[in-house]
Amino acid sequence: MSTPRYAIGIDLGTTHCALAYVDIGASDGETTRYGVLEIPQLTAPGAVETQPLLPSFLYLPHEAELAAGDLNLPWSGAQDFAVGEFARSRGALTPIRLVSSAKSWLCHAGVDRRAAILPFDAPPEVARISPLDASTRYLAHLRQAWDHAHPEAPFDQQDVTVTIPASFDPAARDLTAEAARTAGYHNLTLLEEPQAALYHWIQGSNGGWRKAVKPGDIILVIDVGGGTSDFSLIAVLEREGNLELHRVAVGDHILLGGDNMDLTLAHVVARKLAADGKTLDPWQMRALTYACRAAKETLLSDATLQAQSIVVPSRGSKLIGGSIRTELTQEEVRATILEGFFPQVDAATRPASRARAGLTQLGLPYAQDAGVTRHLAALLGRQAGATAELEGFASQVDVDASFLHPTAVLFNGGVFKSSILSERTLDTLNSWLSAEQAEPARELAGADMDLAVARGAAYYGYVRRGQGVRIRGGTARAYYVAVESSMPAIPGMAPPVQALCVAPFGMEEGIETDLLAQEFGLVVGEPVHMRFFGSSVRRQDQLGTLLDFWQPDELQELGEIQATLPAEGRGIGEIVQVKLRAVASETGTLELTAVATRGGAHWKVEFDVRGTA
Amino acid sequence: MTQQTPQSNPSFFQRIPLAFTAFFQVLFAKMPPPVAEAPAAVAPVLLKEATPDAALQLLGLLQKEARLIDFTQENLSNYSDADIGGAARVVHEGCAKVLREHFTITPVRPEPEGSRIALPDGFDASAIRLTGNVVGQAPFKGSLNHRGWRATETRLPKLTASHDVTVLAQAEVEL
Repeated sequence: MSTPRYAIGIDLGTTHCALAYVDIGASDGETTRYGVLEIPQLTAPGAVETQPLLPSFLYLPHEAELAAGDLNLPWSGAQDFAVGEFARSRGALTPIRLVSSAKSWLCHAGVDRRAAILPFDAPPEVARISPLDASTRYLAHLRQAWDHAHPEAPFDQQDVTVTIPASFDPAARDLTAEAARTAGYHNLTLLEEPQAALYHWIQGSNGGWRKAVKPGDIILVIDVGGGTSDFSLIAVLEREGNLELHRVAVGDHILLGGDNMDLTLAHVVARKLAADGKTLDPWQMRALTYACRAAKETLLSDATLQAQSIVVPSRGSKLIGGSIRTELTQEEVRATILEGFFPQVDAATRPASRARAGLTQLGLPYAQDAGVTRHLAALLGRQAGATAELEGFASQVDVDASFLHPTAVLFNGGVFKSSILSERTLDTLNSWLSAEQAEPARELAGADMDLAVARGAAYYGYVRRGQGVRIRGGTARAYYVAVESSMPAIPGMAPPVQALCVAPFGMEEGIETDLLAQEFGLVVGEPVHMRFFGSSVRRQDQLGTLLDFWQPDELQELGEIQATLPAEGRGIGEIVQVKLRAVASETGTLELTAVATRGGAHWKVEFDVRGTA
Repeated sequence: MTQQTPQSNPSFFQRIPLAFTAFFQVLFAKMPPPVAEAPAAVAPVLLKEATPDAALQLLGLLQKEARLIDFTQENLSNYSDADIGGAARVVHEGCAKVLREHFTITPVRPEPEGSRIALPDGFDASAIRLTGNVVGQAPFKGSLNHRGWRATETRLPKLTASHDVTVLAQAEVEL
């Protein structure tokens, strides 16, 4: 492969995608030359515009719905779907043909992510696509947009970094990498979004970051985007005179973001209108959501304003006669957004969760508690001991602390364009800290809420080539497979399960574990399913550690994993003894391999169990 | 709702459509500045003909974002100023969005309005209009009444060959 000219960073977001790049040759040390790709996309039938963000929406039109050529792009005339702005606006009117939040589906272990299930509520005649397909199409659109703008530097010869939530499990990481490969990405690395945001902050400081943080700092990255909330904790330590960054913990996957907030406000206003006997159709509801977003930002940025007028335009051509006027008040915004999503709770609060009805979940598992600060309290409480074994931190660990004490906060995501929300979050955190006599955390300034992740990812692609600081930390979880205990079965009780550690916490890329001592019998030709667990707190477990007991919140069950031994050279039904080995790949995925005890043949263990069909 | 706007004296909101009409005349007519005394024709002057496509495309955008055609097609006499004001918010926000997204507009003169400025010999007469006591020789000294606007950049969507720009807004049928 020829040496790449650009390090490309792609933010594959739940609601928006973006592409940024660093010109490797024109950059030197911590001074980088970067750009953001203006992405051509359909904005109306037959109209193509460039925008820095590509909305992550896909529209599957009816064959009679559009005229010939309406879906043409500068590089393609053969596409029978639309992605981007037009998909979003048209899809809002015809939701049964709109694919949205594909990324959230990609990490939803309760569904077959390769099965054509989206749009989820489409009638049978709509040809659906899989969450994997949708992600592939967004990524392919970005590749084609790049190749269209940079014919001199083909995409597949550049260094590409795609970002994923820190909370993505191995299956979702695998699927993202697969989508990228299918979309024609060759030199691919995955990077966690909160890390990308921090890389962007480092890049933006032009070397000044070394003065802004000091050894012993714990940086909390709070990333609340359109559809998800993602947290990471990154410790600063000093080794041989150099500052090092270690990602010590990540939060759970929380489907809660800015879109939920705007929609909640729209419902507050719609209820007011309903009380006056005015009902809104879905089109008007969408217009109301946009209007609420704008009014919310104005009200939150100026506390002296009492109310903002809101006009929902008529759907017909009688604009003046048919429009509905109402207002959003300061009180409503504060009660709904500040108290609903960013309540000032105390550090011991935990998010409320209801037991799910039924075993299979249909639809996306949205967060049941809307309080971002409550989810944050849960993370910090769970990670109270995250730095206990980190070099240089042992002396400053406060054994009485009920939660991990961050010393600095970096905000990211469109939600925090409103400084009131970042201030509220910081104030809440600082009230927890002062209750435990700790210093208040400071905000790391200078973020670019919309493009930080893409730009940080491009910068990461650049520093990976040997220039500048890198965040270390490896895998943020330890992984386990369930092994049935050899205890005798007791009638009326499920057979007890033990958890066998197959990949310890903090495996850095390129690291390969030893073969596990434990052997498994795999039946040739038959898929073997294993229950799979992850833990974001059990840092001390070694490869092969067998757990008999664990606290319910220590281990989380992930989707089942599956190994199938092909019948080549063996009789179907024959049992082969295998051992497991884990590899943290350079791409950023985890690979589990089953290795035959005799002969050394090996097979990949799939994290994502395919549908039986 | 019953309040009737006096017809003799157009209200603020009734003047809005008027302003847009003027805006479009300026934006699209692309006619040479009016010449006070036409000299005796020596050679025929070729007038540039504006293509309607870009104008229609912009009209389509203003309808989509600002509902401008809907707004100007309605009879204001049936509505109170409060109702018109509500609709004007939609129109104002939408027009601002279209101008912001598709044009870069900067003042022709950076000085604050009301300040005294001097125009040297050979100033750009197509960008600056002299009014009042227009006599004598350059440099001309005068007071800046309006800073002027200049579109320094235009970014209209690119259209496929088959796109029909005469459809300013599609009819919408819900199934």
